[in-house]
Amino acid sequence: MDQITNLLAITLGAVLANNFIFSQFLGICPFLGVSKKVDTAVGMGIAVTFVMGLASAITWLVNTFILVPLDLVYMQTVAFILVIASLVQFIEMFLQKSMPTLYTALGVYLPLITTNCAVLGVALLNIQNNYNFIESVVYGITGGLGFLLAIVLFASIRERLVFADYPKNWDGFPIALVTAGLMALAFMGFSGLKIW
Amino acid sequence: MNLKKQFKEGLLTQNPVLVQVLGMCSTMAITTSFFNGLGMGVAVLVILTLSNVIISAIRKIVPDKIRIAMFIVVIAGFVTCVDLLIQAFLPDLAKSLGVFIPLIVVNCIILGRAESFSYKNGVAASFFDGIFQGIGYTVVLLAMCIIRELLGAGTFGGGLLGPDLKGIQILPAQFPAKMLTLPVGGFLVLACLIAAMQWALSKSKK
Repeated sequence: MDQITNLLAITLGAVLANNFIFSQFLGICPFLGVSKKVDTAVGMGIAVTFVMGLASAITWLVNTFILVPLDLVYMQTVAFILVIASLVQFIEMFLQKSMPTLYTALGVYLPLITTNCAVLGVALLNIQNNYNFIESVVYGITGGLGFLLAIVLFASIRERLVFADYPKNWDGFPIALVTAGLMALAFMGFSGLKIW
Repeated sequence: MNLKKQFKEGLLTQNPVLVQVLGMCSTMAITTSFFNGLGMGVAVLVILTLSNVIISAIRKIVPDKIRIAMFIVVIAGFVTCVDLLIQAFLPDLAKSLGVFIPLIVVNCIILGRAESFSYKNGVAASFFDGIFQGIGYTVVLLAMCIIRELLGAGTFGGGLLGPDLKGIQILPAQFPAKMLTLPVGGFLVLACLIAAMQWALSKSKK
């Protein structure tokens, strides 16, 4: 029972209260870059969730069974980024062979994910928070879902922004950042949320 | 090689944060106190310069297809060195920057400069490009820190000056809007800075 409440707390934290975008500032580049249309935002969000879940699992295994026994924890950053880069490459090849429809849907976004700081961030945070294997995977997947939620909401607002009337110098990134800032303010409301 | 042009590009017309809009995560996340911004800025400047030099030195022997992987390995190596040095000599800074020091690996500024500049230019030019782009990044970070700290907490120089290293109180404690030191403030202050930059650039074109 304890285990389940714990996992629920992690889920709630990762999706709402400690959302990767709005309170931890991880993954802002793709968040701003591919949020002009809702369809592409959904694609990117799903791809990120997928990779974050897998990366959490594999980096946790690499850290526990390779780096810690060999006393190589100081090589964490290098090891993790290599694992993530090859993982993304591998997923790309796998999808291309076995699930071509999903591959064409995600195609463009997959390579971009290597340099998404949310992915490396979740791997490092798992280790920092001393999560066990299941907690790490749950944190990775729910963190990705939080990203998905944030980017889809943001993209829908941005689509409406086209009709808004604002000073010309705020065109592009500034107005997007103001929107994101107001959304961050709204998400702060979740920070009082607790379950137990 | 045109140093003056490179300097102007790094600081103004091609500023990594305000014009190219790269490396946003760290820019917004850690600019809550002056010392954080300075530490992060200098760390990125050092890593950017070193990785620019190495990448430009090996650019002729690296096959085109695996260049991105090579860039990342070079950058990750330097980030690890800097991370360990900060942990050893500035433990307080390491604590407050937290996960964002190892995350310099995926800071788009460094990979972006590797791909668009040092992979195509000589060692000396890449060296100065790293320094000037790094200065441009640091200046923006410091501006963000000063604004957020002054308006959000009423202090200046947090982590570096004042009693208990909390900064010197400039505005009386009841005035500041604490919101600016929270994540919201990061988004809003950066939005204002980019908008001001776009205004200035469109003005100077006329």
